[in-house]
Amino acid sequence: MTLLRVEQLAIDVERDGHRYRLVHDASFELDRGETLAIVGESGSGKSLTALAIMGLLGEGLSLMQGQILFEGRDLAKASPREMNDLRGNDVAMIFQEPMTSLNPVRSIQSQLVEGMRLKLGLSKAAAAARALELLNEVGISDPERRLKQYPHQLSGGMRQRVMIAIAVSCEPKVILADEPTTALDVTIQAQILALTARLCRDHGVGLVLITHNLGIVARYAQNVAVMYGGRVIERATARDLYRTPSHPYTRGLLESVPRLDLPRDIPLQPIPGAPPDPMEHVPGCRFNPRCARASDRCRAEIPVMQNIGEHSVACWHPELPAAQKRDAVG
Amino acid sequence: MNADKPLLEVDNLHVSFPIRSGLLQRTKAEIRAVSGATFTVNKGEAFGLVGESGCGKTTVARAVLKLVDPSAGTIRYDGQDIANLRGPSLETFRGKVQAVFQDPFSSLNPRMTAGHIIGEPIRVHGLKPNSEVKSEVARLLDICGLPARFAGLYPHEMSGGQRQRIGIARALAMNPELIVCDEAVSALDVSIQAQIINLLEELRVELGLTYLFIGHDLSVVRHICDRVAVMYLGRMFETADSDTLFADPAHPYTRALIDAVPNPDPDAESNRVVDPLPGEVPSPTNPPSGCVFHPRCPSVSSMCRQEEPVLKNVAPAHAAACWNVGNQTRRHSEPIPETNSAGVSP
Repeated sequence: MTLLRVEQLAIDVERDGHRYRLVHDASFELDRGETLAIVGESGSGKSLTALAIMGLLGEGLSLMQGQILFEGRDLAKASPREMNDLRGNDVAMIFQEPMTSLNPVRSIQSQLVEGMRLKLGLSKAAAAARALELLNEVGISDPERRLKQYPHQLSGGMRQRVMIAIAVSCEPKVILADEPTTALDVTIQAQILALTARLCRDHGVGLVLITHNLGIVARYAQNVAVMYGGRVIERATARDLYRTPSHPYTRGLLESVPRLDLPRDIPLQPIPGAPPDPMEHVPGCRFNPRCARASDRCRAEIPVMQNIGEHSVACWHPELPAAQKRDAVG
Repeated sequence: MNADKPLLEVDNLHVSFPIRSGLLQRTKAEIRAVSGATFTVNKGEAFGLVGESGCGKTTVARAVLKLVDPSAGTIRYDGQDIANLRGPSLETFRGKVQAVFQDPFSSLNPRMTAGHIIGEPIRVHGLKPNSEVKSEVARLLDICGLPARFAGLYPHEMSGGQRQRIGIARALAMNPELIVCDEAVSALDVSIQAQIINLLEELRVELGLTYLFIGHDLSVVRHICDRVAVMYLGRMFETADSDTLFADPAHPYTRALIDAVPNPDPDAESNRVVDPLPGEVPSPTNPPSGCVFHPRCPSVSSMCRQEEPVLKNVAPAHAAACWNVGNQTRRHSEPIPETNSAGVSP
């Protein structure tokens, strides 16, 4: 059975008496021990999708349709109480900003043991002992002293290590990491991602890595879902996606980043325009105003997800992989 | 590169900030934000400063903009020590050297229209008669890729990329020679970032601008800059032209920084053994002895713990501050250390 399967998720926001759809028909799946990257720019709906899986959508936001099948069980239908039991135990989350997601007035120890006491029913002593082990496991030196400290006494990298320790403390099966290293320096980013990847591999945890960094995706993810304007517009294995991007937006993203592994003077090919305001209505494909391949159909009809080779892509004029182009000609 | 005249010469720059505490706010200690930065930027060149948070790159930028005063060392602009500038010559300097900041949200006044923001320096410095300010604003918007109607919009009515274009137009209003870009594209989404990078490159060629480009994203800095300096804890560790620095880094820290950047190529990444640099940047109030990088350095020797290395040439126009720099450049012929086996074969 697939560990996590998200089907046709839709999320609305209510603002000034109007309803706006922020996420449309998002679908993807995740297996045990696998890393799935959700890639997108600001406003693409990637963080909202993660929050919906956690049952943590804020005020004014609601899950309108779709299924979130965790080991076959639909979390979209779970009661708040059931979700409370699941959170941490089965599905855990690592947030972007460890300064704002850790409680500033509670010690590291009290935040680390809370989940284990509540969810695993560990005794105070057992939880404290486990907390010490966890800090060791995430590579924090002098863990005895750190347990008694408060978030402001830790560096950004260490705070993120504590977040990871909290996330793995109750041995979840899925971890959602929302831009876990965006606020960190590049050498610390490398440490944190290597640590997260190792822990997930060792414990067979499925990792959903939400990021805008295409390099991180290439290094850590096996599968990728690309989001744009609230929709998943392409899904493929990381290798296929980078070798033969089918959606013009995916190709545009890949061509707009400067790269250390290519000659310096290759000009960047930016995508013209800007991503749509999430509350703005764009008829047809939401990418059409920025797309060089857009036709009348793109301006009128929303593209449906179709399979092209190993990719799923939502585009009326996808780019075909070279092999298929040859087949089409011959 | 032959007869280039240095526009900016920074010589042994030190900047310290006092830490005050207690009732009388006495100076208890000081943070040495920059301890000996030396570099020159030639006219028409893009010079990059890279490093992680706290390395002093922004403080260098602020000193060049004459927003903080050096505690030692000199900054010469067009041959003149900027510490001595007063009156009209200071005013000229303020016009010739402009800045573009990271956050287009907080660096534009939310209560002013774009036309007002861009037109203000023109009016204040009397660059154009009042009747021509409007057309000058329209011209500046146009070269930054925005239609003239943007003059009537407020910052909140624009996207991040558009706001950054306003920030650039404002800098250009003074007809500057040197633009200090402090993380100017860092806050932008990937697809927008490329637009602004291309705009900065076009403007540099068309207007003959010189850039001091501060950034933490190595691939962006490499793309934009002709030469780059790597900073760490207020020191300059290495400086070279971009191609050399990224292809053949001499300092172990530069190498570690480059290795830490994942490339958007799953095939290459899956074959790469990544050994992240251990530890974190130490506190500038209590820096390590000797080379400040030695606690994290993979090729540390006893010399490194005792004495601080100075920046010295390893090749023409390529300098590094490292005691083991000879070994580092010959690293490919060395036996592979057991911890990082098979790591480096590309």
